[in-house]
Amino acid sequence: MTRVKILVPALLILTICSACRQDMHDQPRYKPQARNDFFPDMRSARLLIDGTVARGQLHEDSYFYTGKIGNNPGEVMPFSITHDVLERGQERYNIFCAPCHSRVGDGKGMIPSRGFSRMPPSYHIERLQKAPAGYYFDVITNGLGIMQGYSGQIPAKDRWAIIAYIRALQLSQKAGAADVPAGLNLPTALPKFEGDAPSGATLVTPAPPKKEEKKEGGVE
Amino acid sequence: MAQIFHRSLNLYTKASILVALVLGGAAFAGLMAFERSPYITNQGITKPQPVPFSHQHHVAGLGIDCRYCHASVETSAYANIPPTKTCFNCHSQIWTNAAMLEPVRESYRSGKSLVWSKLNDLPDYVYFNHSIHINKGVGCNTCHGPVDKMPLMYQANTLQMEWCLECHRNPEKFLRPRNQVFNMEYKQPTEELPVTVDNVAYTEQEALGKALTAKYHLRNVTDITSCSTCHR
Repeated sequence: MTRVKILVPALLILTICSACRQDMHDQPRYKPQARNDFFPDMRSARLLIDGTVARGQLHEDSYFYTGKIGNNPGEVMPFSITHDVLERGQERYNIFCAPCHSRVGDGKGMIPSRGFSRMPPSYHIERLQKAPAGYYFDVITNGLGIMQGYSGQIPAKDRWAIIAYIRALQLSQKAGAADVPAGLNLPTALPKFEGDAPSGATLVTPAPPKKEEKKEGGVE
Repeated sequence: MAQIFHRSLNLYTKASILVALVLGGAAFAGLMAFERSPYITNQGITKPQPVPFSHQHHVAGLGIDCRYCHASVETSAYANIPPTKTCFNCHSQIWTNAAMLEPVRESYRSGKSLVWSKLNDLPDYVYFNHSIHINKGVGCNTCHGPVDKMPLMYQANTLQMEWCLECHRNPEKFLRPRNQVFNMEYKQPTEELPVTVDNVAYTEQEALGKALTAKYHLRNVTDITSCSTCHR
């Protein structure tokens, strides 16, 4: 009898516990960026072994990946600039560059204002207006001064797209009313924001112009 | 032999059946509630981290885009935790003596990774992919909640399957234009604030959702609610 008295609750507890096993939940495989105690650096993701090239990472087109012809920065874009390329460049610029260089490229971004020892230069100074595209590519890739390289965050194609957009920014700062194609209107008012315009790198959906009030007894 | 139970107890007998039913129901409801509680799901719970990183400060305060750090989120299944180098893009210059950031500097000096605690942790039998959700127009905060208002990160939703299915059964209720996916301030269209896609202004989510479902070629509901879509 005492045996039964122990067995029944023991079985009950076992059933409950068995439902809490997490074997399927936490499977013994490596998820991205998982820890691995086997290696001294405790990373399951391994760096390439010296002298090997991963599939798809053979950078044969050296200009595309360095922006240099020989030792000199080249001026040409490795692919043609279309509207899509510029839009992609704008998007990537606003993500990765605007925090420091600001959305218009004057170097007065949010991050340096928090206490950089040196402010980033404006793209609209003469030296950078004249700098070739390959120079920008090299700086984005490898960094310069206190700016770190961005090759890990921005793929090469996007770096070129950003350069195309920087060129557009540079043009925009010198543009006049005569540069506006016929048939297009210059925006006269700033876009309106809902509430306070945040400093965010993503734009708030602009509020549309106020509609005329509907006075007819329409269906609600 | 006399009756053990007097007839006046009949009422109690009947009542006890009712009480048993109510108690059983309550126990079941309690269990269901318990299973959905933060104790089980970790919803709304922060975990200790090597550095008390504030998304609120970096996203809302400084205006840094999600993708500045989570750079692989658009192209891979996994939204990466940034390497220490990404922290150092700015923190080589800012707060260089802050004691709070010492683990970051130590990691940069030694080359050892910071060990963050994973918060939004799905079971391993779920093959979740970030890139497809983003490319089909699911906003970051649709699942991750108001990250820009989180001084310390926490898991905003239950991440239980019934929660996933809420959207997989009715994706049109949640979709937004691709260029608004990373916008933490995005609001679903209303009469006052329509959302424009391809020069059409939508004033309600249902119409917008249907248009985006077609535009982004979403698979039909049968497909995206089938088991093997997420459990391979």
